[in-house]
Amino acid sequence: MYAYLFRRVLQAALILLGVSFITFTLLYLVPADPARQIAGRSATAQTVENIRVQLGLNLPFYEQYWRYLTSLLQGDFGRSYLQKSEVGELIAARLPASLLLMVSAIFTELVFGVLIGVVAAIKRDSWLDKVLMVLSFIGVSAPQFVVGILLLYVFAVQLQWFPIGGYGTFAHLVLPSLTLGVLGAGWYSRMMRSSLIDVLTQDYIRTAKAKGMPSVRVIFRHALPNALLPIIAMIGIDIGFFMSGIVVVESVFGWPGIGQLAWQAIQRIDIPIIMGVTLVSACAIVLGNLVADLVAPFVDPRIKLK
Amino acid sequence: MKLKNSLFAGVAACALLLGGTTAFADNHTGGSITVSYKDDVSTLDPAIGYDWQNWSMIKSLFDGLMDYAPGTTDLVPDLATSYSISDDGMTYTFKLKPGVKFHNGREMTAADVKYTLDRVVNPTTQSPGAGFFAAIVGFDAASAGEADGLSGVEAVDDLTVKISLSRPDATFLHVMALNFAHVVPKEVVEEHGADFGKHPVGTGAYKMTDWTLGQHVVFERNPDYHIQGLPKLDQITFEVGQEPIVALLRLERGEIDIAGDGIPPAKFLEVMGNPDLESNIVEGSQLHTGYITLNTQMAPFDNLKVRQAVNMAVNKDRIIRIINGRAVPANQPLPPLMPGYDKDYEGFKFDPDAAKALLSEAGLADGFTTELYVANTDPQPRIAQAIQQDLANIGIKAEIKSLAQANVIAAGGEKDQAPMIWSGGMAWIADFPDPSNFYGPILGCGGAVPGGWNWSWYCNAEIDKRAIAADAMADPSQAEARIEAWKKIFTDIQDEAAWVPIFNEQRFTIRSSRLDGPEGIFVDPVHIPVHYDHVHISE
Repeated sequence: MYAYLFRRVLQAALILLGVSFITFTLLYLVPADPARQIAGRSATAQTVENIRVQLGLNLPFYEQYWRYLTSLLQGDFGRSYLQKSEVGELIAARLPASLLLMVSAIFTELVFGVLIGVVAAIKRDSWLDKVLMVLSFIGVSAPQFVVGILLLYVFAVQLQWFPIGGYGTFAHLVLPSLTLGVLGAGWYSRMMRSSLIDVLTQDYIRTAKAKGMPSVRVIFRHALPNALLPIIAMIGIDIGFFMSGIVVVESVFGWPGIGQLAWQAIQRIDIPIIMGVTLVSACAIVLGNLVADLVAPFVDPRIKLK
Repeated sequence: MKLKNSLFAGVAACALLLGGTTAFADNHTGGSITVSYKDDVSTLDPAIGYDWQNWSMIKSLFDGLMDYAPGTTDLVPDLATSYSISDDGMTYTFKLKPGVKFHNGREMTAADVKYTLDRVVNPTTQSPGAGFFAAIVGFDAASAGEADGLSGVEAVDDLTVKISLSRPDATFLHVMALNFAHVVPKEVVEEHGADFGKHPVGTGAYKMTDWTLGQHVVFERNPDYHIQGLPKLDQITFEVGQEPIVALLRLERGEIDIAGDGIPPAKFLEVMGNPDLESNIVEGSQLHTGYITLNTQMAPFDNLKVRQAVNMAVNKDRIIRIINGRAVPANQPLPPLMPGYDKDYEGFKFDPDAAKALLSEAGLADGFTTELYVANTDPQPRIAQAIQQDLANIGIKAEIKSLAQANVIAAGGEKDQAPMIWSGGMAWIADFPDPSNFYGPILGCGGAVPGGWNWSWYCNAEIDKRAIAADAMADPSQAEARIEAWKKIFTDIQDEAAWVPIFNEQRFTIRSSRLDGPEGIFVDPVHIPVHYDHVHISE
């Protein structure tokens, strides 16, 4: 177990190093000149040069990368070129909002996804199953911005049940969570359905039924825990996905999360922020997967970590 | 600007000059408003902030020695009570207003003015505005980090600042009104270092009381403000992170008072056609010109006839229709609001046949192939397509290069890369309302350098000389002659057709019905977009 953990953490570190190298290289190759960008349109050549030297942008590539890496290891993400704040501070300020939306979106996904999946699996091939699966399919394929704007228009603008975007109260949280949750539930329900159908055809289920166990108990006591395994792996992936920023939904609802920060930075080519957000998201993805793998043996003791 | 606005502006200017605020005194004060923006507020450090969002926010937190009468481009003293200029135009002496306090309670003195100017030119500050102060004695040493400060700035006593110039500079009072020259308290700057922009302390009408990153910034009324009766409001909350289209919905519902990003282009016609919103919209001019640069160092645009032909080929009215009529056609580099604009100048008329004739005279009767660079955000590529069609009509095949804005700027700064650039989204908006600011960086030899903004690479030594001579006319009695000189400089440049001036964009501010104040302050040409100090609630 500990050897496994050690190996996974080492792998994670290597992955993050790779991500940092690739991102840094790509941003280095962007033809926009950061010194000129900071200096603004009225700057003299001397000002531009002076900024270039102070930021170390005149150094060769490997030296710039090394400098970035060494300060990163000391927890320093650098300062935003345009906002001038510490990148670490900017990301930290937005983490709570991102986490909140993530938890609430995953909760919504699970509630809708598992429920729909179970019902569809039990009523397999009935009209109800077909309707639910068509709905899931729509959920999987509908673009976030369409659903987001639709919900916003109907429930916030027309019915005025919820505020039109923003952050702060439970009411603000409902629509963005629903947008993400309803769409994500499409994935979960399809996965839940096929996984449960799979389990329901196993021998031990037939045995349980044969000895006269009520079918509700068969499903909830025997089938469901075993069918949940892929869902747990999926949550792990989702954590990473949501932490890397839910750009579209955050923009539509004015949600002050990491995705919004990333989107603004990309539009203005604010390299230190793009670097920082990319690394934090990569961390979240790696961690999410790791946690899902670590949890799996507790749900299914047949799985052993080696 | 509409007539009644200019009338009002005149009254306001007089009122300010008389040292009072009688024109505004009747309006009641108090209340709080909400302003929304899409992007985070970047720094509020006056030495560094240089975008249209933080520009007027900084102006409400800090003050300079000079300012402009609200809604106008007329210079008035602000932290200064008076100033005098030596006969040779080389020394400016400012008398400061006594008893002006920073938000931390300390009294502002001449030493703070000196500290501010020393700081802005200090290379470690990395101020994008350092270059504006190049005329001050000692600038070269200070900006190279070789001297501790500007030897030309002297705090004579607590309330007197003397600034010596190394050359006469008629724009110097404008420079002293720039945000970069807004006075900061040394002890607070030193306390927060690079984070001063997050903890701004100035002498302005408002003080910042809260900044929640990614969510909002709160300004509260400064009770000790040195201009009586200002500001009108108790509090302004700037909310960030909201799409302009959402902001518009919230404004219609009365949840916000000013949509900081304006009316989203996709909703413009709908909003303008909505009679309920008519009274909420204020239209004004700005110091902006949108233009196509023709690279005068690249064939065939090194040929005057070709440049003239392009000037005659482009249908500006059609381009303005593409942006829903949010602009007026331009025929010269200067915008109409700028002193020195020549309203009698005719420029090049739209005339494709004459353009074709000019091309044949240039030996290019069969046309030629070229490239048109453009930023890739709407509506710029659509405008480029209209230009492309116009050029095709006279036989010029222009391939559109649609790139990220930063990349277009980089291409323009290379001598032989971009034959034509449509400036949309990156066009020049003046830093201060003086024609000089429309020359040096974008049409003078100084800007025609690698990485510069003179994308036409137009460099005319004779005109450069005339420009320097005009800016040396610092004596107030020469002001009129100076503006005439600039007027002629710009029409002479236009005769050489280095640009195709396309339009001057209008500004449209949308505000809630409860907001009041002279219309001019909602489209203030300097306090862009809104002069927050004078906004009030009319309930």
